[in-house]
Amino acid sequence: MGLELYLDLMSQPCRAVYIFAKKNGIPFQLRTVELLKGQHYTDSFAQINPLRKVPALKDGDFTLAESVAILLYLSRKYKTPDHWYPQDLQARARVDEFLSWQHTALRSCCSRAMWQKMMFPVVMRQPVPQETLLSTLAELDSCLQLLEDKFLRDQDFLTGPQISVADLMAITELMHPVSAGCQIFESRPKLAAWRRRVEAVVGEDLFREAHAVVLKAKDTPPLDPAMKEKFQHLMRLLLQ
Amino acid sequence: MGLELYLHLLSQPCRAIYIFAKKNGIPFQQRTVELLKGQHLSDAFAQVNPLKKVPALKDGDFILTESVAILLYLVRKYKVPDYWYPQDLQARARVDEYLAWQHTALRRNCLRALWHKVMFPVFLGEQVSSELLAATLAELDVTLQVLEDKFLQNKAFLVGPQISLADLVAITELMHPVGAGCQVFEGRPKLAAWRRRVEAAVGEDLFREAHEVILKVKDTPPADPTVKQKMMPRVLAMIQ
Repeated sequence: MGLELYLDLMSQPCRAVYIFAKKNGIPFQLRTVELLKGQHYTDSFAQINPLRKVPALKDGDFTLAESVAILLYLSRKYKTPDHWYPQDLQARARVDEFLSWQHTALRSCCSRAMWQKMMFPVVMRQPVPQETLLSTLAELDSCLQLLEDKFLRDQDFLTGPQISVADLMAITELMHPVSAGCQIFESRPKLAAWRRRVEAVVGEDLFREAHAVVLKAKDTPPLDPAMKEKFQHLMRLLLQ
Repeated sequence: MGLELYLHLLSQPCRAIYIFAKKNGIPFQQRTVELLKGQHLSDAFAQVNPLKKVPALKDGDFILTESVAILLYLVRKYKVPDYWYPQDLQARARVDEYLAWQHTALRRNCLRALWHKVMFPVFLGEQVSSELLAATLAELDVTLQVLEDKFLQNKAFLVGPQISLADLVAITELMHPVGAGCQVFEGRPKLAAWRRRVEAAVGEDLFREAHEVILKVKDTPPADPTVKQKMMPRVLAMIQ
């Protein structure tokens, strides 16, 4: 069967895995799991990932969840160029540091910003209190400042002079609020320059391809009530 | 100067690092950061970690944050036994998978359980509604089931027949609600058996030493009002 990647390009970590696999010429079967149709809640998908989330990987009998684990697995199995996850002790530690930090920092505010600004009002037809949205956007702003000050600093890429999996994770996260209309690069020239460098290395066609779905997310037709019901738990978390 | 580890054993990730370093005979200077006195918010500590969090590592001029990154750095620099982070592609992926999942799952629930049950009322003098506490403990319960069903299953340790970083990170998390008086292991014989194996592998003296502080957490004196004021916004963000 070969390598199968269960992805929905609506999801930030899925985009990072997609770009990484494509950029490195890793052969895989794409298995699309449509999140907005609740396909991740099916029993058949639970066989692949009992955590009912994307991305997920299936390599023969071996299944794997968690985008960070998947990226590292792919980098090792397919012996991708060193810069993606450098051998150097300290350079690698910097990538690990970012990959760890992002779970509860960038991932959290980018998801909430996108959902509160766009997905809830437009797709779920659920209004979001203005204070909640403003508070989330303020958090996003602090997070972006941290991204610039602690990680990027005066480097070309987040963890050094070359692109790594950290940059892939970060850029795909930032495209989430971008798709909701947040002007995150316009007032941040340093971050905007970094974005251009990342896109150039990834390749503009691949970057565009990976982001086609999320950039059209605002045109998603409203969900029917039955589907909304399935998302209740998620909605509570995303409305914080 | 040698390796310095900025820790406080009140913190779950600090305990994991402490145990790992001690168990593997890694020489280090312990720099205790008194969290309950707000020492992590000082300008002096900000020189070490501008994110104002523990754990932090300083190795000469190299400073590193994020417990997962620190553990992996120590694994590589000090060439510890293979089982902690196995070379085998799939076994290593399983450890990565756990270390990624835990940030927003077990870490989050264990932290909330401790703060809602003990730290808010005892340390901060703030009441927590019984509904909120009940909801938090219910979420913890769900996560413990995932820990048993997806990760532990019928294995001796979380990712295989031997202890790994995943077990250290998990056990130190679970001691948080244990310290708060939650019945984590009672009624869960599989998890209790796993705990005994982890303690035996770590060594009971080292395990006890690492957990002395958290096991006395209910006796924490109330916070100084100035410290409380400084800590509140960060605590609220931390347990979100």
